[in-house]
Amino acid sequence: MSIFVDEDTLVVVQGLTGSQGSFHGLRNRAYGTKVVAGVTPGKGGGSLEGIRIFDSVAEAVATTGANASLVVVPQRSALGAILEAAAAGIELVVCITEHIPAKDEALLFNELQRGFPRTRLIGPNCPGVISPGKCNIGITAGEIALPGGPVGIVSRSGTLTYQALHELSQQGVGQTTCVGIGGDRVPGTSFVDVLAAFEADPATGAVMLIGEIGGSEEERAAEFIAHEMTKPVVAYVAGVTAPVGRTMGHAGAIVSGASGTAQAKIAALEACGARVARNPSEAGELMVEVVRGLG
Amino acid sequence: MDLYEYQGKRYLARFGVSVGAGAVADTVGEAVAAADELGYPATIKAQVKVGGRGRAGGVRIVADRSGAEAGAQDILGLVIQGHPVKRLWVETAARIAHEYYASLSLDRATKLHLAMVSAQGGIDIEQVAAEAPEAIARLEINPLDGLSPARARRLVARAGIDGEARRSVVDVILRLYRCYIEGDADLVEINPLIVTPSGEVRALDAKITLDDEAAFRHPEWSEFADAEPDDPRERSARRKGLSYVGLDGSVGIIANGAGLAMSTLDVVNQVGGSAANFLDVGGEANADVMTGALEVINSDERVRAILVNVFGGIVRCDDVARGVLAAMGRVELASPIVVRLDGTHAAEAHEILRPHLSARLLVEPTMLAAARRAVEIAAGVGG
Repeated sequence: MSIFVDEDTLVVVQGLTGSQGSFHGLRNRAYGTKVVAGVTPGKGGGSLEGIRIFDSVAEAVATTGANASLVVVPQRSALGAILEAAAAGIELVVCITEHIPAKDEALLFNELQRGFPRTRLIGPNCPGVISPGKCNIGITAGEIALPGGPVGIVSRSGTLTYQALHELSQQGVGQTTCVGIGGDRVPGTSFVDVLAAFEADPATGAVMLIGEIGGSEEERAAEFIAHEMTKPVVAYVAGVTAPVGRTMGHAGAIVSGASGTAQAKIAALEACGARVARNPSEAGELMVEVVRGLG
Repeated sequence: MDLYEYQGKRYLARFGVSVGAGAVADTVGEAVAAADELGYPATIKAQVKVGGRGRAGGVRIVADRSGAEAGAQDILGLVIQGHPVKRLWVETAARIAHEYYASLSLDRATKLHLAMVSAQGGIDIEQVAAEAPEAIARLEINPLDGLSPARARRLVARAGIDGEARRSVVDVILRLYRCYIEGDADLVEINPLIVTPSGEVRALDAKITLDDEAAFRHPEWSEFADAEPDDPRERSARRKGLSYVGLDGSVGIIANGAGLAMSTLDVVNQVGGSAANFLDVGGEANADVMTGALEVINSDERVRAILVNVFGGIVRCDDVARGVLAAMGRVELASPIVVRLDGTHAAEAHEILRPHLSARLLVEPTMLAAARRAVEIAAGVGG
C-alpha cells in the first residue's frame, strides 16, 4: 500500500513540452509511472516520445482517464494551471513550480477548499510524491528510494528528503510513500494531512517528519501525533541556528520574532513523544532502530 | 524585501493613504535644509529596518535649526541593533489627537489574511497583545471574499474607535487592504495611525514588507533598489542571483537545497563551529554557479574554511565535482575547502576529485565528518 499515488495512478503533465516538463515528465515515465498525457495550450494533437499532447486538462482527462497531474509551468501560469486541473476533476495535483507569490497561494488554497474539495494539491515548490516501485510524480531521483516500506516520509525540504531516502535505502529500510509538501508559506497539503494518511495506511509502520523554521505546521503536527497517531514518528527540524527575520532559501523558512523557531518545534515534537534527531544522519539511524523494533 | 519607513510611506501614498510631508536626508546639511523647508517643529527619524528605533534615540523632534543640526548629527552617528544609521527621514512634526494601530498580514495557520486594528496605537503592539489582548480587534479575511466596507466598519467599531474619525479610519483600512493585496505586501503595519486635531487620519510610521516572489509583476519596485542589503557579501550574492544570507562565523557554507543548507549550519554549530553564511546553490551546481558562490565566500574575511555539502539527486555529484574543480581554477581560494558529496554518482565524483586532493582540497564521506573537518581547519587545529 501507499498513500496518494500507486501503480494505477494516471498522470498528465502540464507543461510537458517545456524543457523542465519534458525532462521530469520523461524521467517519471522511465521510473515506471503511468504518464498518459501532456498538456500545452496550442500544441494539442502532437506528441512527445509517444505521450499525447492536449490543449487542455479536460481533454486529456476525457481521453486518457488521467487522475493526477504534475504541474511544471512558469511562475506566472501556475495558479491557472492548478485551477484548470482541479476544474477538470483531477484528484491529485503536484506543483513543482517555485517562486509563486504568497497572495496567489492563499487565493489558490481557499479556492480549492471552497470549490474543489476533492482535489489535493501537493506543493507548490516541492519535490513531489513518490511511492517507490509504483509511481513517482515530481523531481525526486527515483533510484534513491527503496520499495516495500514500512517508512512513510513527509518533508518541507527537497534535498533533506533525498538524504533521508538515501540513508534509509542504504540500510535496507524501504519506504511506502515519500511526500514533499514544499517550502512555501501556504502549502496545499500540510504535515497533518499527510500524517493522517500514513496513520490510515496499513503498510506504513513508522513515519519520518522533516520540518524547518517558519510557521507553526510542526507544532500542529505534534498535536496530531499526540492525539491521533499510534505509529512511531521520528522527526528532524532544520534551522536551529537560523537568524531571526531572515528568509532561509525557502519562502516559508523564516523566524518571525519569537515564532517559528526550530527550538519551539523540536520541543513540541519531543513533548508529543516523537523521537527528534539532531541531524539528518541521526534521523536515519533513529528510524532504522524504530523499524527494527517494529518486528 | 523590507522597506524603509520613507519607502513604505511612498508606497502607501500610491494607494491614497495620507502620509506627512517630508524628505530624505543623508547628511546633516541635507537634514537641516529639509527641516528649514518643511518648517519647525520637525521630526528627524533614523531609517533602519529594525524596531526599537525610538528607544535607541533614533527619533527626535526639533524646534529650530540648531536643534535640527544637533539631532541629525546625533542620529547619523547611531548604530541601532547593529544597523548603522545612514539615512534620515525629516518630516513636519505631527499634531496628534489619537494614536491607533492597523496591520494586515497572512496568517499561515489559517491560510487567511488577518487584519488587526487597535485604538491603543503608538506603543509596542506585542505588549498590547500580552497585556490587553481584547484591545486588538482581529478580522480573518478569506481572499476569495476580500474586505467589504461593511466588515471594515465593524472591525473599526470593535477596536473601540468612534467619533468623527471613524469613517476616515475605515477608509484608510480599505486602502491598506488594497496596498496589501494589489501591492503584494507580506506585511502592512501602521503604528501609529494618527488622527490630527483637525480630523485627518495619517500613517505616522510605516512598516511594509514586499513579497519578493511577486517582483515579476511590479516593475515599479525598482525604485526600492536602494533597499539593498547593507552587507556587501549579500549585495554581491544578490547580483550573482544566489540565495545567500550572511552570518558571522568562520566556516563558509555551500549546499544544494535550502533545507540541506540550513541543516549544514546546524551541524557546523553542533560540532563546535559557526557558519559564515547560508548559501543554497539549488539544482544548478555547475562551474559557473560554483565559481560565483566561491567568489562571494572568498570575499568574506572571516572565513577560515569552506564546506561544500551536496546531496546528488537529479543533480549528479560528478558534475558538481567538475564544477568545484573548474571554480577552483578560476578563483584563488584563501581558505581550504572540504567537500562532501553523496547520492547520485558520488563514487565517480570522488574519483574525479582524488588526484586533486591536498591540504587545500579535502573530501569527507559524511556531512558530520565534513563539518568536523571544516571546523577543525577554521579553528586552526592541525592546520
